[in-house]
Amino acid sequence: MVKVLTKPSTELKYQTKFMEHIVIIGNGISGVTLARHIRKLSDKKITIISAETDYFFSRTALMYVYMGHMKFEHTQPYENWFWKKNRIELLKAFVKNIDTDQKVLEFADGGNLNYDKLVIATGSKPNKFGWPGQDLDGALGMYHKQDLDNLEAYAPNNKVCNRAVIVGGGLIGIELAEMLNSRKIPVTFLVRESSFWNGVLPEGESQMINNHIKNHHIDLRLSTNLKEIKSDENGRVKSVIIEETGEEIACNVVGLTAGVTPNIDFVKSSKIELGRGVKVNRYLETNIPDVYAIGDCAEQHEAIGNRRPIEAVWYTGRMMGETLAQTICGNRLAYKPGHWFNSAKFLDIEYQTYGWVFAQPREHEAHFHWKHHKEDICITVAFNKDTKEFIGINTFGIRMRHEIFDKWLTEKRDMEYVMSYLKDANFDPEFYKVYEDEILKQYNDTFNTNLTSHKKSWKRIFSKA
Amino acid sequence: MKAIKNIGLVIFLIGLAIFTALPLLGTFNLNEADFNNIVKEQNIKSEVFINDIKTNVVGQDFKGMQTLSPIISKALDNANEAHTKNKEWDKKIYTKSSDMAAMIGKKSANGFIANNKGLMWLLTFGLGIIGALMFILPNVILLGKKGIKNDGIYHDSATNRGWIGWMVFIFLVSFYLVLYFASEYATNWTLLVDPISEALSGNPAGHWFVYGFMYCTVMTVMAVRMYIKYRHNIYQVFRTTSVLFFQIVFAFIIPEIMVRLQMPYYDFKNAFPLDYDFFFQWNLNSLIETGGIGIFILVWGIVLTLIIVPIMVYFFGKRWYCSWVCGCGGLAETLGDPYRQHSDKSLFAWKVERYLIHTVLLFVLVMTAMTLYSFFSDTGTVLGIKTSTVQSIYSLVIGSIFAGVIGTGFYPIFGNRVWCRFGCPLAAYLGFVQRFKSRFRITTNGGQCISCGNCSTYCEQGIDVRAYAQKGENIVRSSCVGCGVCSAVCPRGVLKLENGPEDGRINPTEILLGNDVDLMDFVNQK
Ligand SMILES: Cc1cc2nc3c(=O)[nH]c(=O)nc-3n(C[C@H](O)[C@H](O)[C@H](O)COP(=O)(O)OP(=O)(O)OC[C@H]3O[C@@H](n4cnc5c(N)ncnc54)[C@H](O)[C@@H]3O)c2cc1C
Ligand code: SF4
Ligand code: SF4
Repeated sequence: MVKVLTKPSTELKYQTKFMEHIVIIGNGISGVTLARHIRKLSDKKITIISAETDYFFSRTALMYVYMGHMKFEHTQPYENWFWKKNRIELLKAFVKNIDTDQKVLEFADGGNLNYDKLVIATGSKPNKFGWPGQDLDGALGMYHKQDLDNLEAYAPNNKVCNRAVIVGGGLIGIELAEMLNSRKIPVTFLVRESSFWNGVLPEGESQMINNHIKNHHIDLRLSTNLKEIKSDENGRVKSVIIEETGEEIACNVVGLTAGVTPNIDFVKSSKIELGRGVKVNRYLETNIPDVYAIGDCAEQHEAIGNRRPIEAVWYTGRMMGETLAQTICGNRLAYKPGHWFNSAKFLDIEYQTYGWVFAQPREHEAHFHWKHHKEDICITVAFNKDTKEFIGINTFGIRMRHEIFDKWLTEKRDMEYVMSYLKDANFDPEFYKVYEDEILKQYNDTFNTNLTSHKKSWKRIFSKA
Repeated sequence: MKAIKNIGLVIFLIGLAIFTALPLLGTFNLNEADFNNIVKEQNIKSEVFINDIKTNVVGQDFKGMQTLSPIISKALDNANEAHTKNKEWDKKIYTKSSDMAAMIGKKSANGFIANNKGLMWLLTFGLGIIGALMFILPNVILLGKKGIKNDGIYHDSATNRGWIGWMVFIFLVSFYLVLYFASEYATNWTLLVDPISEALSGNPAGHWFVYGFMYCTVMTVMAVRMYIKYRHNIYQVFRTTSVLFFQIVFAFIIPEIMVRLQMPYYDFKNAFPLDYDFFFQWNLNSLIETGGIGIFILVWGIVLTLIIVPIMVYFFGKRWYCSWVCGCGGLAETLGDPYRQHSDKSLFAWKVERYLIHTVLLFVLVMTAMTLYSFFSDTGTVLGIKTSTVQSIYSLVIGSIFAGVIGTGFYPIFGNRVWCRFGCPLAAYLGFVQRFKSRFRITTNGGQCISCGNCSTYCEQGIDVRAYAQKGENIVRSSCVGCGVCSAVCPRGVLKLENGPEDGRINPTEILLGNDVDLMDFVNQK
């Protein structure tokens, strides 16, 4: 079994007399999780550097600020006194260069900082594929706080912004569409794929989301690419031209949301090995001793299981932070994430996934799909055709229990088990209409089985795998 | 649709404007016979006062309460001053001047308002209700597909502490000040609801009846708003229906009917110590005197607080009371819903909360102990402190100012649960049970939290829900009233209010589900 540190050991206390200086570039979820855990385990000196904001905020909540659900301060998970109290130093600066020989960071404003151990947690930046006009005023990504400020400036309302065009049908694209929609700004949504996010979602689900988008009066254009963005005489966005048809769509804002890339340009001048991201091994170590990378900007030499080499999601950044804290505090530990899970929201439809459901079932795999006859509620369960082993589930409009699916995946439960105990997994609020019986009936009908449903049991829910 | 909304708003504002102007309007003319009745009923022995009123008030026309009230108050002061000087203690009048003015005002009101109660009701309550509904109902269509409807809350001056918010604040605070400290100005309002009061209890309305009626009306109209806003969330729909039912039936109708049946006025769901005067001498005496039903109420009140409340909290959490039954909670969850985001989430506020609410609990318990001691040993003082003084301080500072003026008046500024969070002694008591011996918790769904902060922003109790959720920890907090809104607004399906086994309810975690199992096990179990 792996040894895991839980609190500062006396040995560590002794070591830190020398106050090893841990410098983290990036105050996102990965860098901040790392800092918090290092603090729990040790007395090391910790500095977090970011050029974006003074304090850590939740990037995932940027949309809610524009939509008026929250103020920006609400996106900050910790109160401002938290950092001082935990002796985590915050530095607002842009790192221009890393000198790994001297162990020095050089800042854009001329200053510099020594480190003993360096962690690169600089996240991502929006993709720009070299479209003509992509840097005009009014063409913006939706990643950083500055993007939000820009959007507020260029699209405060539908008088100033008569139409916005969004390029790229991913999770951030649909969030941006929802944001603009909330201010009644007409949106044209250009999606390269033939159906929304169908590289990830199975057909039925992807179709459902297409319809849902259209129902929100968003002008969804599938199989459509951007050719160029045209400028007015002041260097501002005036219109876009569609690749396929040559159509010109007048607009004041273009949202570039065709995915993200690791934000590592400033590392290029250093000796640290780069691919698309900062190359790391399973221990999140780079090719240079005492330099690590975590979060969106880290790229595994070899992907872990079905995961991608670069995992640009919130949860993985957090997990890498949790793991690397152990290594930095003297207990070298590999990044070994458990079962995959994720979630998102498409306008009004909540989406959760546990395990692996691929858009197209892989070899030996099959999907079982159930959809509510009227509402936007559906699930897709992936399983092994031969062994009936449960592989993963997508749920739309039904909340499910992470713990239960995690356990079932560990226990390698089969479909019959999962289907008949589905009630244990339901996580919808109390009194919600439940669909497990309906789902089971369809399963029985499809597979000619005669399974009966089991009542929810607290005992099973709380028993560990 | 938009037009209907705007017309509705105008109609509502007209109704509100008339209602707001009423305290200063109307004509009053006291006739001799009515005054003699008051003298008899109130057992007034002060001829100074009687003569004063007879010469200066009886038979004369007064325009608006502001002309009548000062004369009565002056007459009262003069009379009491004279009697004090002459040591004629039995002639002194202990009725508060605003109560006296209200009593006289009610009898002497004549003129348009008093003669057209139905019409005036329509012009105030009627327009208010119609206008508000016209403003609210189009949302069924305007809000679009069902889902969370918080767009623009922080852009709107009404819900973002802008000028509309401050106007509402001023209105609410003034309303409570009139109600508690200048009830004579509510005289015209009482006239509007006289017919309703007479139909229920057989008596003309007093200002508390106005309050009760308004409370129910406001809750009903704002419940319609809740139904529309949260129509995708059946928990909110049920909960809203429940508070509405308990307010209208238990707090409003049953007590009035009991009065008609010569029984004591009692709200069966109002548990001590929220119902802080339950053990006051006058109440105990009146309950005991009524016999049968009185004794039943006495026993019920005690059983409710000592047995029913904690047992229900054990099984369901304090939500069964605070957001399913309670009247204060009911108003907070309907009228107060647009303001829930204003609760302070800071650690500092949490500290203040714990000091304040437990102080009030201690206060009410000490006061009740003194009251009971005085009651059974037949003394007015305990350790040299007058029980009645302590009671009046509590009634004034906690019962009126804290619960009413601050509790509701400050909705648009400090959020809708100021009283429930910082002041209510019953909530403090339920909180202990909920924290230490209950099956209720808000389960955090493994590692799914993205720290977005919607839950914390919309928690009316100022609980930093995210602080727990982002650590994968269940939320077990004494102050949680189980409104379920954190769960509703969470975009990732992370939170679920549920009652389950006590084992594992509190689950401090450091490493969230989804990471290396070894790391999770070791760090979390420590
Ligand atoms: C709108 C939006 C919605 C999202 N929603 C979800 C979601 O629902 N679920 C999910 O799982 N994921 C979501 N994500 C992705 C998730 O937010 C990211 O995976 C996560 O924030 C990455 O965290 P990080 O710590 O790696 O980097 P970041 O959060 O990007 O933090 C890196 C920081 O480093 C700073 N920095 C970079 N370079 C330098 C430099 N040279 N000098 C100084 N500072 C520098 C950056 O300015 C930034 O502040 C969303 C992302 C966005 C943009
Ligand atoms: S924690 Fe959730 S359920 Fe409890 S009071 Fe706050 S918002 Fe309501
Ligand atoms: S609303 Fe949900 S996802 Fe957002 S912080 Fe709260 S629990 Fe986490």
